[in-house]
Amino acid sequence: MRTQWNLFLAFFRVGILGYGGGPASIPLIHKEVVSTYKWMKDEEFGDMLALANTLPGPIATKLAGYIGYRVSGILGLLNAVLATILPTIVLLIILLSTLASFKDIDWVKGMTAAVIPVVGMMMATLTWQFFDKARKGMGWLQTIIMTAAVFIFLFFLDIHPGIIIAVLITSALVIRDKKREKGVKA
Amino acid sequence: MLTYWEIFLAFFIPGILGYGGGPASIPLVENEVVGRYGWMSVQEFSEVLAVANSLPGPIATKMAGYIGFEVGGIPGAIIGVFATVAPSLIILIALLGLLYKYKESPKVKRITLFVRPVIAILLGLMAWRFFSESYVGIGLLHTAIIGVLSYVLIERIKVHPAFVILGAFVYGGLLL
Repeated sequence: MRTQWNLFLAFFRVGILGYGGGPASIPLIHKEVVSTYKWMKDEEFGDMLALANTLPGPIATKLAGYIGYRVSGILGLLNAVLATILPTIVLLIILLSTLASFKDIDWVKGMTAAVIPVVGMMMATLTWQFFDKARKGMGWLQTIIMTAAVFIFLFFLDIHPGIIIAVLITSALVIRDKKREKGVKA
Repeated sequence: MLTYWEIFLAFFIPGILGYGGGPASIPLVENEVVGRYGWMSVQEFSEVLAVANSLPGPIATKMAGYIGFEVGGIPGAIIGVFATVAPSLIILIALLGLLYKYKESPKVKRITLFVRPVIAILLGLMAWRFFSESYVGIGLLHTAIIGVLSYVLIERIKVHPAFVILGAFVYGGLLL
């Protein structure tokens, strides 16, 4: 019961504070799940984020659903997904059926705009954490080479991240273990 | 009954084709809702989208919930959200389940290692997009003040992000 309540609270906060669509909620989810409630380690969060990116559909609910399921089964899944999406759906229905001019009020605009840099900052911190983890796992050289390569593919060649992740996962499975040690030395 | 089936299809297809998270699926949703089924005009759709964007939380499910509700009441809302969320979530749970069954295998450990730089880059690009959106919207000074303040509060003093975001609301409501 306590777990369900915590799941609800964690994802309710994510849903109600994640300005800027689903992707904006990624650092918020990370804070709740890895730092506050410690349901997952960073490694698992990274794997989950990678796989979630190779699949279509909204990212926030995929994460909420999987984390809820990992923490306490189907009930946790439903709880986490609903806590993420229900409050704002209800709000949207109420707003649109009453006052549609809400979005034009100046101070509402200001409030929404002020959250964007907070989300940007949290995203940047998370970026550094993952980069740092990669460095600890495979050393500076390989991390920089891989990061640069991924950046070129993603940003300049405009290849979808799902494809890049799928290729990396496949190569991680295909490479034989001895070869990898050589790769690290070289 | 037919309506419910149409609602399901209208959101199932964008959910399964919308690579790149919720925002990427919005044009696909518009195509179904406005183009194929004619539930809304382009004008109505963009108004709903504008209001939805001014609210927090994932955008795709907000749209699915609201449009489903408009077309088929509460059951319509439930079907729309389910069709958006469930298919890829089920696949994700199955894949991660498989991965964690073999988590001690060196190959699976290597996956964890290999995907980290991609995740870092993806998050980095998103951070960049949020900052540039903010720069265009509220200017360099406000962006820098809020960015630095929230870094100190969240990462150094370890304040929960919820309070920092509430603080940002106050800042934005009064100063922007």
